Amino acid sequence: MNRQERLEALEKAARERILVIDGAFGTMIQGYRLDEEAYRGERFKDWPKDVKGNNDLINLTQPRIIREIHEAYLEAGADIVETNTFSSTTIAQADYGMEALAAEMNREGARLAREAADAWTARTPDRPRWVAGAIGPTNRTASLSPDVNRPGFRNVSFDELRAAYAEATRALIEGGVDLILLETIFDTLNAKAALFAVDEVFGELDLRLPVMISGTITDASGRTLSGQTTEAFWYALRHAKPFSIGLNCALGPAQMRQHIADLSRVADTRVSAYPNAGLPNEMGEYDETPAMMRDHLREWAQSGLLNVVGGCCGTTPAHIRAIAEAVEGVPPRPVPELDHRLRLSGLEPFVAAV
Amino acid sequence: MSVAGFINIGERTNVTGSAAFKKLILAGDYEAALAVARQQVENGAQIIDVNMDEGMLDSEQAMVTFLNLIASEPDISRVPIMIDSSKWSVIEAGLKCVQGKAIVNSISLKEGEAPFLEQARRIRRYGAATVVMAFDEKGQAETAERKFAICKRSYDLLTKIVGFPAEDVIFDPNIFAVATGIEEHNNFCLEFFEAARLIRENLPYAHVSGGLSNVSFSFRGNEPVRRAMHSVFLYHAIPAGMDMGIVNAGQLDVYDEIPTELRERVEDVILNRRPDATDRLLEIAEQFRGAGARKQEADLSWREAPVNQRLTHALVNGLNAWIEEDTEEARQQASRPLEVIEGPLMDGMNVVGDLFGAGKMFLPQVVKSARVMKQAVAYLLPYIEAEKDEGARAKGKVLLATVKGDVHDIGKNIVGVVLQCNNFEVLDLGVMVPAARILDTAKAEAVDIIGLSGLITPSLEEMSQVAREMTRQGFEVPLLIGGATTSRVHTAVKIAPNYHGPTVHVLDASRAVGVASTLISETNRETFVATLAGEYQEIRDKRAGSSKEDRLVSLDDARANRYPADWTAHRPERPSFLGTRVFDAYDLAELVQYIDWTPFFRTWELAGNYPRILEDPVVGESATQLFADARAMLQRIVGERWLTARAVIGFWPANAVGDDVELYADEPRREVLGTVHFLRQQVAKRDGRSDMCLADFVAPKESGVADWLGGFAITAGIGIDAHLKVFEARHDDYNAIMLKALADRLAEAFAERMHQRVRAEFWGYSPGESFSNEDLIKERYRGIRPAPGYPACPDHTEKPALFRLLDATDKAGISLTESMAMLPTASVSGYYLSHPEAQYFGVGRIGRDQVADYARRKGESVAFVERWLASNLAYDPD
Repeated sequence: MNRQERLEALEKAARERILVIDGAFGTMIQGYRLDEEAYRGERFKDWPKDVKGNNDLINLTQPRIIREIHEAYLEAGADIVETNTFSSTTIAQADYGMEALAAEMNREGARLAREAADAWTARTPDRPRWVAGAIGPTNRTASLSPDVNRPGFRNVSFDELRAAYAEATRALIEGGVDLILLETIFDTLNAKAALFAVDEVFGELDLRLPVMISGTITDASGRTLSGQTTEAFWYALRHAKPFSIGLNCALGPAQMRQHIADLSRVADTRVSAYPNAGLPNEMGEYDETPAMMRDHLREWAQSGLLNVVGGCCGTTPAHIRAIAEAVEGVPPRPVPELDHRLRLSGLEPFVAAV
Repeated sequence: MSVAGFINIGERTNVTGSAAFKKLILAGDYEAALAVARQQVENGAQIIDVNMDEGMLDSEQAMVTFLNLIASEPDISRVPIMIDSSKWSVIEAGLKCVQGKAIVNSISLKEGEAPFLEQARRIRRYGAATVVMAFDEKGQAETAERKFAICKRSYDLLTKIVGFPAEDVIFDPNIFAVATGIEEHNNFCLEFFEAARLIRENLPYAHVSGGLSNVSFSFRGNEPVRRAMHSVFLYHAIPAGMDMGIVNAGQLDVYDEIPTELRERVEDVILNRRPDATDRLLEIAEQFRGAGARKQEADLSWREAPVNQRLTHALVNGLNAWIEEDTEEARQQASRPLEVIEGPLMDGMNVVGDLFGAGKMFLPQVVKSARVMKQAVAYLLPYIEAEKDEGARAKGKVLLATVKGDVHDIGKNIVGVVLQCNNFEVLDLGVMVPAARILDTAKAEAVDIIGLSGLITPSLEEMSQVAREMTRQGFEVPLLIGGATTSRVHTAVKIAPNYHGPTVHVLDASRAVGVASTLISETNRETFVATLAGEYQEIRDKRAGSSKEDRLVSLDDARANRYPADWTAHRPERPSFLGTRVFDAYDLAELVQYIDWTPFFRTWELAGNYPRILEDPVVGESATQLFADARAMLQRIVGERWLTARAVIGFWPANAVGDDVELYADEPRREVLGTVHFLRQQVAKRDGRSDMCLADFVAPKESGVADWLGGFAITAGIGIDAHLKVFEARHDDYNAIMLKALADRLAEAFAERMHQRVRAEFWGYSPGESFSNEDLIKERYRGIRPAPGYPACPDHTEKPALFRLLDATDKAGISLTESMAMLPTASVSGYYLSHPEAQYFGVGRIGRDQVADYARRKGESVAFVERWLASNLAYDPD
């Protein structure tokens, strides 16, 4: 299948069923217990900074591990696999001094996922698999000051973010992704810069890929880190006409449900959810078992809240297998149409009366 | 002026429009500049316009600095931003700073199509809406025709070429100054109105906005006239289609409150009604300068008076803008902080009390006065406590409570406020207060009077219970009874005999002060109590003498005289679905038009029907002010989603079996899902009148006719508590009561709207129905929606069964208290009956035979039924 055919198949599949996206990458990589040396590999053995924990570097140094993880999720029943590129932006890689490698990490990450997905598509042609190019939030926020004493100060600008995101997007497309996935968004202004960049790159390349947007509600306040409610968040990003809007990370299913229900009500596009396996315990581990997540997410699916579902921190192929079982045969949420009212947002939504 | 749909955009954070703001920005005082933004939002701006176009400024930098600062102030950044500049570079710098969806103000065809399209595309990429000026290569449009032509051309380019959503396009068809002395300018407003109309009629979903202050530019320095011009302009522009505007939020005068002469002359100018309109406005303009179009706010001459007079003025007029400042000044002058309360504040409240007593002030104004008083007292409290003083010596201490099982407290809160205004100390225990807590507190606090309130009928029994308990515990203090279902007769017959102390029914808040004052007065108390005891005895004697059961027929005879619904002529329609359906987060904006305002005014003890009440010679002015405040709050409730409306409705196959209605799980009608028990009128009727029961309007099982019954549980009160807390923390009873009253109205409006949709869509028996809101209020439609606990089916204990059928607690978020009151309070539940002749009636008195029969049908004891239907019994239970 070429990209065009894959995208048509994606549209069709999304109409027919709830799509399953894969689970956590970090959790899986941790399972390999890689040491500094393993992270560095041969190529970076003399790198001047420590790189242990730079999971995206593994795309370049231990590609076999990345392939294995993709394989495990595809085998578990994931329709969509995410590239291992969450931190592959010049901004996030600055911590390791690896800004110049960000594009390569994206390209390689995309290529590895592409190979794994294509192999499974060949094995189960009635159930093609897709690759979502993951773009993380970076470690900086455009609408919050890192210094409480200087509320007007910012350590990153819209244009810096836009340039970093544009580079990542180009490289992911070169590597062969089918979708672009902006995930774990905790500052909507970062996401707006990303969408701006993605749209620009689409313009340059004269193509248009589906874009998935997934925000993060950080805690029980029900708001993003930058203070928006889910509805306000959606109105701020709705102009991008994304393939889906949803939430991931930070919360387990129990805490996330009400916010997904909110989105489901106001989003005139598909809704995605990939919660953590519960909230971390005292040891920082995630306790929710595959069976527990299956029960939660089956109820969401049956309540008509979902179009795309998967797992975030703490989830494993076993979780994804259980989630895939949970939504098997449950029809996807019908995408509603919104009336033509002016919808704006600050931290809170504003909808004109007429 | 209908303002519910009108969007206020705050104009004060604009260096071109506000000299004060410009000064702050030029001085780099961003702290104070933020305060301006905050004040705009607090005053009801739903969007704030930010403009930094000033030659002396680096506008881009100023825009970025200010927007970044706003982002760190959640109470400002909760609203969307309008990024206002004539320079594209400033707009783009601003767009890079806002995380929400903003509005650009503005772009236009001034430089031709190419830059217009490019800017529009970039705005889309940034995810903003945009204002488009009626400006093209030839200049700014002045005539309606050209304004519309430019807007149409812009609209087509935006929607067809750029793919801009039409609802994100806001046209500004140029508000120009009038009364400039230049004849060509005289028609500017009419041109704007006409352009607005053409845009709204021909360019679907687009909006019309404008900068209001331009229109009055000629009267710079004369605020009262400017404000009158703004108000009159909007009065005509909104119906024409202007649905948003850049205004000084919080400073819009009410059209009806503009002095008549000024309003007429302004209107002559705005509507270009006579050639000498400008001259005539100029003639009188001077006399309004500083005199105030809206006396209370614009006329600041009272600020010159000594502080004690200022406090009195603020109290009488309900003005809280300077109250802390004035209270502080009075405190410094007084030897002790308490003197401020006992002196000027109490003097002011006495004036309020006198005016209220004389019918010259009305409840809404009194509540506003109380807000000022509370805020002043709250300010003084820390100083008084620091002195370890005993506190102000109040006239007396009154304990107020809504009794156990009941959650309604609007009336009780009003009574509390009014008593406080009259120097009573009020201990308000809130709602659902058990007898033990009321009496323990009364003892511990040594209160002088206990006041009980309740709205639903089971509360009557609870009040009697409290009365009995008071006797048992040896209380002597007076007991006041109030609330919608209470009455003088009920108090005399059912409550007073249980208590040996004085028991007094208080009809409404305005009587509360008189009664309470008399009861604590050493001279008047005895006579009053004795007279009242005599009157109550008379009521009891009269009732005992007229045996009520005489006028009842037996249950059998009443059943024989059932309503003769004809089931051969009428075949019930099948509802479009069976089982339940949930409506979550129902659009509040849609409900506003269904509000029945008359009961709202009644809540505030203003008598009269809406809309005539606004013109009423006695209460009209007060009602108009109240109505304006209500509409303003309603706008925020809707625009900012203060409340969530949720409903669950259901339909089930149903047939009547005697006076019960059986609901079936499925169409073969074999499995009974539940039974609704109804009561029948038993009073002797004239010939041709039936003894009705709601079951008469559902096809009897033996007829073999398939029929259905509907049910609903509806609320508009979800989320209200958070907002009430804010008002309560600010000692703002006025807005707290207002919010509760509006939530109640929205719940009723929601019920009305759902019933309409049930008739037209869901049950669908009247698909073509079209009624005005007035017709709806007068119930001119087919079918009824009686509620358990109300006259046609007075048994509150039927609610749990209805709630179970609907799964109302889970699906609509409404729960029942032990007295069957619904929580949130702004909720409505009931049944849908479709028969064309179905009608509301009151069951009225029922006899022992029906009570026994009903108890058997429900599987409850006779005592249980007698307790819950105490108000309907035609006899005194054993």
